[in-house]
Amino acid sequence: MKRPAKVYFAGEAEAAMIVLSVPLSFWGGIDAATGKIIDHSHPDLGRFIAGSILVMPSGRGSSSSSSVLAETIRRGTGPRGIVLAHPDPILTVGAIVAQALYDLRCPIVTCPIGGLHSGDILRISALAPEGAEISLINSAS
Amino acid sequence: MHLSDGDRSMLQGEQGEAARFAMQIVTAFAEAVGAGTLLDISRAHIDGCLYHGEVSLDFVERLVANGGRVRVPTTLNVGSLDLIHPDLVHLPAEEQQPAERLMRAHEALGCQPSFTCAPYQTLFRPAFGEQIAWGESNAIVFANSVIGARTNRYGDFVDLCCAVTGRAPAWGLHLDSGRRGQVLFRLSGFPASQAPTDSLFIAIGLIVGQRSGERIPVIQGLPTPRDEDQLKALGAAAASTGSVALFHAVGITPEAATLADAFVGGAPAETIVVTPADVAEALAELSSAPAGHPLTAVCLGTPHFSRAEWDRLLVLLRQARPTRPVPIYVNTGRSVLQQLEEKGAFRNLTGWRLIPVADTCTYLTAVLEKLDGVVMTNSGKWAHYAPGNIGVRVAFGELEDCVASAAAGRVVRGVA
Repeated sequence: MKRPAKVYFAGEAEAAMIVLSVPLSFWGGIDAATGKIIDHSHPDLGRFIAGSILVMPSGRGSSSSSSVLAETIRRGTGPRGIVLAHPDPILTVGAIVAQALYDLRCPIVTCPIGGLHSGDILRISALAPEGAEISLINSAS
Repeated sequence: MHLSDGDRSMLQGEQGEAARFAMQIVTAFAEAVGAGTLLDISRAHIDGCLYHGEVSLDFVERLVANGGRVRVPTTLNVGSLDLIHPDLVHLPAEEQQPAERLMRAHEALGCQPSFTCAPYQTLFRPAFGEQIAWGESNAIVFANSVIGARTNRYGDFVDLCCAVTGRAPAWGLHLDSGRRGQVLFRLSGFPASQAPTDSLFIAIGLIVGQRSGERIPVIQGLPTPRDEDQLKALGAAAASTGSVALFHAVGITPEAATLADAFVGGAPAETIVVTPADVAEALAELSSAPAGHPLTAVCLGTPHFSRAEWDRLLVLLRQARPTRPVPIYVNTGRSVLQQLEEKGAFRNLTGWRLIPVADTCTYLTAVLEKLDGVVMTNSGKWAHYAPGNIGVRVAFGELEDCVASAAAGRVVRGVA
């Protein structure tokens, strides 16, 4: 499976997906030290996003989410890449700053997210604005 | 993207390394959101004073080290510390030190040490139509919706880069085309004499936040609010459960004199009917503690209490008689607090344990003496975030109920 994607922050990444059914605010929603989801109102409370491709409908809530995303990237507790159904400028800023300060890239793309499942390996190929895509590498199930 | 001569000059480093670094981030962000150009801003509000880890300091201290200065009047959002009452925050030294360093580093860039999440209720309130770059979700939604100033949701970092360059990407809510209503929330089934209670405005905010997605909501059928603090509470709730940066309330907010104005002649993509049952359900989700349950504390002032909110509270405190009082923490801006202290507003509050908190907020940092138990609040935002942030159980209620509960040391409802 391959799907064209729109690039919000360029880069490449490949990892197992964590697919969230509802948006998550990084601030108040993620513990930066561990990458654990701590938002009590979120159905995925207690899961870890570290080293994943994080897939969710959109970002949500606080404008502090930029810092929390950048801090998780710095610590290695954050996602390797993010796939959203709808763009989120606040998460984009977190990725831009992590790259500007530490030269660490967490690509962010948007595309339809239906049919993506947690645990499956997804590759984000988004080095250039044109021809960016996500591709399913293998299916865990 | 079209850049002005000044933008290019900054990008090429002709105006110093800090301006170059900041302009690089502003332009990268502008490209990511598809803005064709940048525009001048007249103010900024920076949400970078909360210490989220080393990245916070690495970023600001890089700007300071490279000679950065803000180019427009710039206010600061809350930090992790109360610099006015340093003993209030029980942070270990290794957390206190970087948090204070971060707040001071922002001052070194020329930002005003306002440390409030309600800059719109200070001397730095923007005017209708002003182009500004603001961080802090409740401030963004208030500036856009209640005042009619224009800002997108600027996250940490980019807000400061806009302040250092005086420029912001010309897209979204900065433009007429980006401010048109898209989804209609119609209140239905409420009595004609529906009272404008705080909890009604908060519940509508929670529902609008949950169901708007990325669309701009228009709310029809709200009673006339008692004051702008009710719209502040609505916006803060909507920006907690969702990513709302602008709402229009028909007949109430400045860009929505009529339904047609709010949609700029267009039609809503969807109409969502909101009933009294929806409101009751939204409020029930905020509270995990029943009436009668013993209380640990009451937390007010999220967003920071305005002068008008203090005036309401102080009247209630003087009317009630505390029997088994628990602490009442009230977050507020240091400038509001100073005005109240100069007036002697806290004199003769015998029996109460009133604890004003400045520069920070009780759901962010270690202020509360005890976290094991139930904390009552009148804030939808506090009730939404505190269980995750500081691990408390929450009882939500009107301000009158919060005061009665603080007096009795247990959850009291139905006073108002």
